[in-house]
Amino acid sequence: MSNIPADLKYLSSHEWVRVDEDGSLTVGISDHAQSALGDLVFVETPDVGRQLKAGEAFAVVESVKAASDVYSPVSGEVLAVNESLVATPELINQAPYGEGWLMKLRPSDSSELSKLLDASAYQAVVDAAH
Amino acid sequence: MGLRTPLYDTHVAAGARMVDFGGWDMPVNYGSQIDEHHAVRRDAGMFDVSHMCALDLTGSRTREFLRYLLANDVAKLKTAGKALYSCMLNEQGGVIDDLIVYYMHDSWFRMVVNAGTRDKDIAWIRQQAIAFSVEVKVRDDLAMIAVQGPNARSKVVSVLGEATQSALELKIFSGAELGGYFIARTGYTGEDGFEVLLPKEDVAQTWRTFHAAGIAQCGLGARDTLRLEAGMNLYGNDMDEAQSPLESGLAWTVAFEPTERNFIGRASLEAQQRAGLSRKMVGLLLEDRGVLRSHQPVIVEGQPNGEITSGTFSPTLERSIALARVSVAAQGSVKVDIRGKHLVARIVSYPFVRNGKACIEL
Repeated sequence: MSNIPADLKYLSSHEWVRVDEDGSLTVGISDHAQSALGDLVFVETPDVGRQLKAGEAFAVVESVKAASDVYSPVSGEVLAVNESLVATPELINQAPYGEGWLMKLRPSDSSELSKLLDASAYQAVVDAAH
Repeated sequence: MGLRTPLYDTHVAAGARMVDFGGWDMPVNYGSQIDEHHAVRRDAGMFDVSHMCALDLTGSRTREFLRYLLANDVAKLKTAGKALYSCMLNEQGGVIDDLIVYYMHDSWFRMVVNAGTRDKDIAWIRQQAIAFSVEVKVRDDLAMIAVQGPNARSKVVSVLGEATQSALELKIFSGAELGGYFIARTGYTGEDGFEVLLPKEDVAQTWRTFHAAGIAQCGLGARDTLRLEAGMNLYGNDMDEAQSPLESGLAWTVAFEPTERNFIGRASLEAQQRAGLSRKMVGLLLEDRGVLRSHQPVIVEGQPNGEITSGTFSPTLERSIALARVSVAAQGSVKVDIRGKHLVARIVSYPFVRNGKACIEL
C-alpha cells in the first residue's frame, strides 16, 4: 500500500504539494509514483526564478526503466530546487515526502490551490489505477 | 489480461510489479531493480523466462535443414548438448528473430526463440521445414528459469541434487539432460550461470527452492540492464525484419564460410557487402549527466546520424550506456539529442561489462 499523508494536496498526475507557513509551496512526487517508476537515477530540475504555469512540466525524473515529466500544481515562481537530488536521486525513493522533495514554489494565484486533490480524492485516483 | 507463465501466481505473491511484455504479464521487478541487477553481478539471481518458446526439431535431415534456415552454421556443433546463437533471416536479409539452438543428437535439435516473435517464428520454421520432412514440436509443457551470476551454478546444483552434479562440468554454451531437467550453461546477462528447462508442473516448487537457497528473484527490468551492459542485442529494439545483422553488430554470428552453404538471406547479405555497408552498431557512453534511451537521435558534426536502439542507466558503471546504429564513418565523440538538449557521448567498443567487471574506460 502506498503512503498518502493526509496533510498534503495532490495532483492526479501524482505530484504532492505542501503549503508552508510562509505561504510558499513544496512540491514532490508521491510514494505511489516513486514506487511505479522504480529506482530513480537522474533528476532534471528547473532553474530558480523560472515562472511556471499550472500544469506545466517543470522537472524530469528518470528511473532505470523510464523518464517521466513532473507537472507544476499551480502557477508561480521557482524559489528553490533540491540540489541533493543531483548526486542522490534515490532520496525520492527513500523519502518521497521528505528529503526527496523537488522544488519550492511561490504561487502567483492562490485560488488555484483549491483545485488540487485532498488525500482521499488522490487515494481514489491511485485505487482506480489498479 | 495477458498470457501467464506457470510462475505468474508466484510472482504476484512475491509482490512483483507486473507489466505487459510482448503480450505476457511478466514481473519487471520485485523491489529495487538495481539490487536485483547487483545480485546477478555479485552473487546469483534468477529470472522467469518461461514466456520464451522452446521448439524441438526432429527428423533425419534436421541438421541439413538448420544449415539452410539459420545464418550461423550448425555444422559447428559437433558435441551433443553444444549450443549456437544465430539469427534467422528472411530472403531480404532482415532478422526474423535471434535464437539459441542446441544440438541434442543427429536427428534432434532444440531451439529457444523469443516470446514476442513466437507465432511468426513457428509459422516460418514449419513452412521451411516441409521440404526437409523435419517435424517441429512446440514444447509448451516446459517452463524455463535462467539462474545467473558468479555463484549461480553451484547454488543450482546444491538444490537440484545428485543427479545434476555433472552440470558443473558443462562447458560454456553447452547443455545436457540431467535428472529430468535440461540444464544449459547459457544466459543473457554477461555472467556465468544456467538456463534450466523443466516440466511446468514442477517450476513453482523449483523456484521456491532456488529462492530458499539464496538465489534472488529478478525481473525483466534487471534482465534488460544486465544484457545491455553485456552488449547483447534485444530483438525488436536493436534489430528486426527491416535490419540486416551486418548493420546490427551481429556480423560475427553470420557464417559465410563454407561458401557453398546456401542459407536464407545469404544472397541479400552478400549483395549488401558488395554495395558496401552504410551503418554500423556502436556502443555509447554518456559523458554528461542524463539517461540514454531508445530512439534518441545521434548527432555527428552537427548533423543527425542514426539513433539509439537501446539505452539505459548502467547500475554497474553508474553511467548511462547505449547501443546506437550510426554511419560507418562515425567515431570518437558524438552528441545525443535528449529532450532538445545535445549531450556529449563517446563511441566505445562493447561489451560494457562482463563477469562483474567493467570492459570500458570511464
